[in-house]
Amino acid sequence: MLEMRKDLFADERDDNLNVVGKGVQRQDAPGHVTARTRFFDDHAFDGLLHLKVVRSPHHHARIRAIDVSAAERAPGVKRVLRGADVPVNKNTLLSLINFGKDDEPTLAVDKARYKGEPIVAIIADSEAEALAARKLVRIDYEPLNPVFDVEEALKPGAPVVNETYPGNYFEYHQRFDHQKLRFGDVERAFAQADHVVEHRYQMSPIEHAPTETNGTIAAPEHNDRYVVHSCAQGLFFSLGTTAKIVDLESNRLHFIGGTVGGGFGGKVDSLSEPLAVLGAMLTGRPVRYVLDREEEMLYGSPRGAERIYVKDGVMRDGRIVARYIRSYFDAGAYTRLSSYAAIKCTAHVPGPYSIPNVASDIYVAYTNRCPSTAMRGFGVTAVDFALEVQMDRLAEAVNMDPMEFRILNAYRDGDMKAHRRVAKNTALVECVQVAAEKANWPISEQARRASSLTEGGGERAQIPATPLDQRGQIGRPESRNGPATQTLPAGTTRIALSKQPVFEGARDSRPTPVQVPRYEPSPRQEAPRYDPAVAPPLPAYQPAASPPPAAPPPTAPAQPQHGAVRFSSVFGTRRR
Amino acid sequence: MAKLPVQFRLNGSDRAGFVDPAGNLLDLLRRGLGDFAPKYGCGQGTCGVCTVLIDGEPQLSCLTLAISCEGRQIETASGMADGPNLHPLQQAFMDNFAAQCGFCTPGMLTAARALLAKNPNPTRDEVVEAISGNICRCTGYEPIIAAILAAAAGGAGMRRA
Repeated sequence: MLEMRKDLFADERDDNLNVVGKGVQRQDAPGHVTARTRFFDDHAFDGLLHLKVVRSPHHHARIRAIDVSAAERAPGVKRVLRGADVPVNKNTLLSLINFGKDDEPTLAVDKARYKGEPIVAIIADSEAEALAARKLVRIDYEPLNPVFDVEEALKPGAPVVNETYPGNYFEYHQRFDHQKLRFGDVERAFAQADHVVEHRYQMSPIEHAPTETNGTIAAPEHNDRYVVHSCAQGLFFSLGTTAKIVDLESNRLHFIGGTVGGGFGGKVDSLSEPLAVLGAMLTGRPVRYVLDREEEMLYGSPRGAERIYVKDGVMRDGRIVARYIRSYFDAGAYTRLSSYAAIKCTAHVPGPYSIPNVASDIYVAYTNRCPSTAMRGFGVTAVDFALEVQMDRLAEAVNMDPMEFRILNAYRDGDMKAHRRVAKNTALVECVQVAAEKANWPISEQARRASSLTEGGGERAQIPATPLDQRGQIGRPESRNGPATQTLPAGTTRIALSKQPVFEGARDSRPTPVQVPRYEPSPRQEAPRYDPAVAPPLPAYQPAASPPPAAPPPTAPAQPQHGAVRFSSVFGTRRR
Repeated sequence: MAKLPVQFRLNGSDRAGFVDPAGNLLDLLRRGLGDFAPKYGCGQGTCGVCTVLIDGEPQLSCLTLAISCEGRQIETASGMADGPNLHPLQQAFMDNFAAQCGFCTPGMLTAARALLAKNPNPTRDEVVEAISGNICRCTGYEPIIAAILAAAAGGAGMRRA
C-alpha cells in the first residue's frame, strides 16, 4: 500500500483526501467479471463484411504494378481497395497538432518501405474468402537496397527510406536534423575530469503484445454517420486521424471505445480505423478489420529501438562534472510518434542528477523497419536504462558505493537543470535512502543525512557559461561541428525558438536565412509576434557589442506556460 | 460450402446453429450465438482468452470444432452469475482488484471455476497451475491468484461450481 513519508515531505499532500491513497472499486470491474464489458469486437452486425490487407514481403521495394482483377472476381469479394481509393492517402499522426509532415500512406502506392506494409485491402463476406482472395493479388516489385541501422541510415549515400525526409532524419522546426541540448561546456569539463567513461547502449524493438489485437468494426448508422467500434487508446486522436484520411467531417464519425483489451501504447496509431471506415463508406455495409496474432506481433508498431552513447566526466570524489549523450531513435519507415519520443528523451537528459555541464544530440532516423510508436514511457525508459547502468559503471570507476554515488549526484530542490528550469519537488536522495534501508544496504552516515530539501540552490542554481557556434546558435546542422566562437553569458537565457520568426522553405540543402539570436535576461518576456508585413529588416548580428544584461536572481523561475503556448514551445513552429 | 447443424446446451439453455465443417466453437459462440464472453486473442491455443467449459472441462474454443460439440454442455463466463447475484469467484475478482483491462478475465474465471469444481481447497501452486494456460498481458497474476484463493476460502467451490 502507498505510504506517504510525512517525515520526509511534510507539506507534500493533504491528509483529508477522499480517494487518493484509498482502495476504491473500479467502475468497469462489474462489467469485466460478468463478461458484459463490450470490447470493439463484441458487437453483432447483420451483413458484416471482413477486411484483410495484402502486405509487402519486401523490406524496401518499388511497386511497378498491382493487378487485383483476379481478386475482384474471387468468391465473396465485395470490394478491393488500393491507394488511389483512399481520399487522403498520406498522413502523419501528429499532423493533428501541426507537428511534422505527412509521410505515411494508408495503402502504399509507389514504394513499400517496410516488410508488412499494407498495399491492397480486400473486403469479403467472410474472413476465409478475404484470405483466399488475398493470394490472387499480383504485385510486381523491384527490390531496393534496404537500410536497417540508424547510423548507417544517416550516412551520405544511404538508401532513402522515406522521400518526405530525404536525409533519413526527422526535421525539427523544418530544418534541424536532431534535438540539441547545451548547458555549460562539456568539452572543457571532460578535459579537466579525473575519469572519462563512455559506453554504447543498444535497445531492441519491443512488441506490446496486447491480448486483444488491433481492430475496428465500422458500420453505416441511421443518421448518415458511421458508427466505429474502435480499439484505440486515444479515441478522439483516432477519430481525428480517420476523419482526415477518409475525408469526412469528424461529426459524421461516431466513435465508440475506450474499452481497450490491453494497449500499452500499441493502440494509438489508428492501424485499422481508417480502412474499416472507408470500407463501410464504399460498400454501405458493416466492415470488420482485425489484425490476427501474427500481424499484431510482426506489423503492429513496436517500441522503437534506440542506440544511446553516454560519455561522462567524473572527479575522484564522485562528482559528475560533464555528461554528453548522443542517441538515435529508430523510427522505422515512418514518423508516427518517434519525433515526440526524441523530444521527451532530450527533456529527460541528464537524468535526475545535478551535472554542471550537459550536452545531448538526439536523432530520429528512418530505416526499413516496422514503424515504431508509443510504449510505456517511450523516449525516457531506454535512456534511463542507459543512464542507470552508466551510473553503476561510474561508481565503479571512482570506487564508490553505487547508492552513495547516486545520493551525491542527485538533484536537490533549487538546482538549475540543463533545460534552464529550477528543480522542484526532488526526492531521489530520499528514494535511494529508503531503498538502501529496505534492502539492508549499508550507507555512510553522511549519505543517510543527505536531503533533497536543504542542499540545493546557491551556486548550483546558476546557468553556466555555454559555448555557441559562429552563428551564435547551437542548433544549425551545417555548423554543429564548428569551433565555439562565443559564449552565452552566465545567467542569461535564449528566448524560445517558437517565439522567433519562422522562415518558410529553410532546408539543409538550401540557403538558410540568417536568424539573429536575441538574448534576454530571465525570467523570459513575451517576444512580439512576427509579422512579415510590418517587421523591419533584421539587423546584422554583432557578437558581444554590448555588455550582457545583469544576471537576475536565478531562483526566480519563468512563469508556467500552459495549453497551446506550451505545446508550440515544445513542438516548434506551426506549419499551416 | 454446405453448413452442418449443431445443437448443444449453452449456460443451461438449448442453442443451435449452422456451421462450416471446419468452423470453430469460438466463432459459433461469438458471431453465431452472440455470447461474447470468450474472446479471440491468438487463434492458436496459446493465450487462453477463449476458454470455455465443455462438460465441465476447460477447453480452448478457438481449437475446438463447433460440430464436435453436438449434445454437450457448454458454459462460459456469461452464465456464471445467478441473476443479479455474482458468483463468489466474480465477487472475489472484484474484491481483489483482479481485473485490469478485463480481456483475460472471462477466461481466467472459467479456468478458476473448473479448478474449484474439482478441488474446492487448492493450494497456491495448484491455482498457478490451473491458470497457467491463461495469459494476462497486464501481468496482474498476483491479484488473480489471491482472488481464486479467497473464493476457495469462502467456499466458492462448494456453493456453486
